[in-house]
Amino acid sequence: MSIIRYQSPEVAGWTGFDRWNSLRDELDSLFELPFWSNFGRQTQLFSGWSPALDLYQNNDNVIARIELPGMRKEDIEISLQDGMLTISGERKSEAPENDKAERTERYVGKFRRSIALPTQVDASKVTATYRDGILTVTLPKAEEVKPKQIQVNVE
Amino acid sequence: MNTLVRENRGRQAQTEQFIMAVASVTENPDSYALTVEMPGVSKEGLEISVENNELTIIGRRTIPPIEGTVLHRESRSENFRRVFELDPTIDTSKIAARMDQGVLTLTLPKAEQVKPRKITVQ
Repeated sequence: MSIIRYQSPEVAGWTGFDRWNSLRDELDSLFELPFWSNFGRQTQLFSGWSPALDLYQNNDNVIARIELPGMRKEDIEISLQDGMLTISGERKSEAPENDKAERTERYVGKFRRSIALPTQVDASKVTATYRDGILTVTLPKAEEVKPKQIQVNVE
Repeated sequence: MNTLVRENRGRQAQTEQFIMAVASVTENPDSYALTVEMPGVSKEGLEISVENNELTIIGRRTIPPIEGTVLHRESRSENFRRVFELDPTIDTSKIAARMDQGVLTLTLPKAEQVKPRKITVQ
């Protein structure tokens, strides 16, 4: 999270040690993981929530897969416009309000990812499944762009 | 300062490569709640153990691979692992776990004798 809310020490109790611990954890993690994996997505210092997105294609379909752990199906939105697939949504906090947060690495809030599709797809036949926190969107290719095998009879 | 859930990053040699799962911890007077994000991991892929006050969570991905060529890839295929040192006030025999859409929620109740108690003066 990019903004740390100031808390008056009298009200919140002194959190100096907790902060020191999380700083230590952050520094440790820099040494433990490949640099790129930890810096952008996992610490979410600057970027908010940017869930990992994969894109595949085979002869019939373009398939997008995005990691969205702990969402409710109704909070995920998928849209298709001008050859661009956009997946957006919002994750809501499940923790009871009065509980004290000891460690907050999980991101709560809105996200939005867009990706250009490599070919035309049939927008009316797009399907999506959400399982184990992973959303898979299958976009069938439009008939005219599918690779076709042409039979040539040699006389 | 509480140690649950303090992170333990042992430097012991590991044969399998893991990535760190993102986790949050909240506390109330009765218990701690630990939530760990492990997209692609189902109930069957989980391995949770407590040994010497150390909680180890391993999540192995069970999501099937996609047939086709990769055009763009950001996700990683390694399995997840996270280790926490448990606060001594936690009753480790009563830890409960739930897995829902790639998020593991562990409820770690505090032992009866450390719960805040009101004493009435006669």
